[in-house]
Amino acid sequence: MSTNAKPKFAMYWAASCGGCEIAVLNIGEKILDVDANFEVAFWPVAMDAKYKDVEAMPDKSILLTLFNGGMRNKENEEIAHLMRRKSQILVAFGSCACEGCIPGLANFSNQDEIFKAAYESVSTINPDHIRPLSSYEMPEGTLHIPEFNPVLKTLDQVVDVDYYMPGCPPESHQIAAVIDLVIQVLHGEATLPPKGATIGVGNSTVCDDCPRTRNVKVIKEFKRIQLMSEIDDKLCLLEQGIPCNGPATRQGCGALCPQAGAQCIGCYGPAEGVVDYGSRLIAAFASVIDSNDPDEIDRILDGIPDPAGQFYRFSLAGSLLRSGKSAWNQ
Amino acid sequence: MQRITIDPITRLEGHGKIEIFLNEEGDVANTYFQIPELRGFERFCVGRPVEEMPLLTNRICGVCPEAHHMAAAKAADAVYKVDPPPTAKKLRELLYSGFYFTDHTTHFYALGGPDFVMGPDAPVAERNILGVIHKVGLEIGGKVIQARKYGHRIVEIIGGRKVHPCTSIPGGLTKGITEEQRKEIEEIGKWGIDFAHFTLKLFNDLVLGNKTYLDLILGDIYTHHTYSMGMVDENNKVNFYDGKVSIVDPEGTRIGKYAPSEYTDWIAEHVEPWTYLKFPYLKKIGWKGFVDGKDSGVYFATPLSRLNASDGMATPLAQEEYDKFYKTLGGKPVHQRLTTHWARLIELLYAAERIVELATDPEITSPNFHTVPTQTPTEGVGIVEAPRGTLTHHYKTDERGILTEVNLIVGTTNNYAPISMSVKKAAQSLIKKGTVVNEGLLNMVEMAFRLYDPCFGCATHSLPGQMPLQVTIRDSNGNPIEVLKQFC
Repeated sequence: MSTNAKPKFAMYWAASCGGCEIAVLNIGEKILDVDANFEVAFWPVAMDAKYKDVEAMPDKSILLTLFNGGMRNKENEEIAHLMRRKSQILVAFGSCACEGCIPGLANFSNQDEIFKAAYESVSTINPDHIRPLSSYEMPEGTLHIPEFNPVLKTLDQVVDVDYYMPGCPPESHQIAAVIDLVIQVLHGEATLPPKGATIGVGNSTVCDDCPRTRNVKVIKEFKRIQLMSEIDDKLCLLEQGIPCNGPATRQGCGALCPQAGAQCIGCYGPAEGVVDYGSRLIAAFASVIDSNDPDEIDRILDGIPDPAGQFYRFSLAGSLLRSGKSAWNQ
Repeated sequence: MQRITIDPITRLEGHGKIEIFLNEEGDVANTYFQIPELRGFERFCVGRPVEEMPLLTNRICGVCPEAHHMAAAKAADAVYKVDPPPTAKKLRELLYSGFYFTDHTTHFYALGGPDFVMGPDAPVAERNILGVIHKVGLEIGGKVIQARKYGHRIVEIIGGRKVHPCTSIPGGLTKGITEEQRKEIEEIGKWGIDFAHFTLKLFNDLVLGNKTYLDLILGDIYTHHTYSMGMVDENNKVNFYDGKVSIVDPEGTRIGKYAPSEYTDWIAEHVEPWTYLKFPYLKKIGWKGFVDGKDSGVYFATPLSRLNASDGMATPLAQEEYDKFYKTLGGKPVHQRLTTHWARLIELLYAAERIVELATDPEITSPNFHTVPTQTPTEGVGIVEAPRGTLTHHYKTDERGILTEVNLIVGTTNNYAPISMSVKKAAQSLIKKGTVVNEGLLNMVEMAFRLYDPCFGCATHSLPGQMPLQVTIRDSNGNPIEVLKQFC
């Protein structure tokens, strides 16, 4: 069978954990559909190909690229530009590429602080305060490692992105559905969503999929989950005082964490139409606080011990805040 | 001076890159294994509530999030000085055993195994999991896929999610399991014992029965005499979830065991300017560079080191295999690093047996899966054995449990120095004046680090399992004079 006739597919990881790749591999037999309908042109976890091979391809010769991981160093950015040039459709795949994810929390710190934590830690013996250098002369020759960026950027802060597919990681059934859609488009049986759309998701929030009962009851205090003697397994976690991110978070995972007794931490990013995730979540929390007394409201809000992390846990790098001030002060 | 760059594109935690420098005679002068990525978890977790650490540090690695989830939960327990109820500890260990079962299966069939089942010199196109399935039969391929699914199923039942589990909190878990779920897990465990036995037999038939492989395994190329590390229970048997960390010297004498809270007495980390990853070593012995021996603080932390550092396995069938392992290889400790693949299968069997033990424990379905912490949070260390090495999480918090300091020594990091040494030794042994650098030879260099199942690494959990390499040999002006590639 000639493989040249098939459209090309690529998947790449920048600064990421590998969980997105595992989620794709977990789609099981759907992988065979990918194989039947696409020529896999570049996918480091699954097959061999080199940057040079991709560079040698004509521009726009890859139909679909799923790009995961954040832009942590110069090399990540270079490959983002390369994949943009070579791809017709570039998808920011997973939370890191879409909005920065957990590693984006590094944007509250500057490079010196990040390096100090790593290279002067309690178990590190480093009397000469050595730091990794992008270029270093050894007796045998010069050694290079990519330069660390002052902030972690999302994919669309570096290149133009066609679609966003959130989740940490995107759930396998959502990935399978997106692959089905693209195959239908290839066969002329469907059309692509408008550029800039968020795909592989629902249009509502995590709460819509959550089987827990909501009574729109208001709360007098926020609680730390480990300090609760009992958690009602039928009742909305937020109504029990647990700061659950469900109301601001996009539907897509099937409300996995709340069903396991754990609060939603927001990995699917902002719900449809929400510009800034943190602002929406603040509004959602404000709406369940049962008080009109400013002092009491302050006391209730003190029950959220880490507001920055609570409201921008996954979305800091892509949020309106973009990054903490200290990161820009280098 | 000639320079060979091995740039393994396939990797998980950044791109591992190997630079091999040849001298004027064409022999290997030196090698550098560089890790070109840092994300900074130790910094940006500061300021976060400690109960979030099992969720945040999951995101260090999507292949072994279970290990970070567990180490973080145990460190958070320690921060609050709370002892989770027995059911919680057993459920966590059960989840973790399911994870080990999946992880070790993947490594043997997709990553390390193909080198042996197909042979290190086999055509690259066959040296992958598809080649393995072709050789051993499609039915077995189906079993491998089933084994991976089953392990993930246990993670999902107890951890709430297949990737990045979410149920461990300080003091225990957010949920328990039902009798129906318990039965499902028990059946998986029983199936797993058969599967592990089958896999050990496969290894026995294909590898131990083949003199060429045996010579390769027992030869000098892949041998290093360093300290061995591994977690053990109160009877000094291997344990993945809890216990003390045992260290034995290159002659097999146990030099000590440390509790998690004592790790800084034993472990220190060294920094080099040409890589983002640090080099842990034994503090009491000291950093002497990339050298073997009793005077060098270099240790390794893998399935093989865990067997070396223990007195045996806690389950009967795995113990039989443990005895056979050391009897066949001439006693403890074993230093021939390629035997790590065999040791990994003994751990696979142990994981399956442990799944059945825990799933049939009368306490496992108890609703008593959480203890509310009552003490003021301060400081704590949690250690588990990740498949790729001892994983240490160390947290300090303020009185509200907000993190003020975080230190992590991640599984693979333990092995950074030994991997670097193994790569250098393999390169020196295999690349000599007049030796043509060919694909099979490069694969044998690659085997030197694949046996550690490194997580920054390249070979780790890739499909179909062959780590692609490109080697560029450059003249003294940096111009490429030869490019060699190996493909899946």
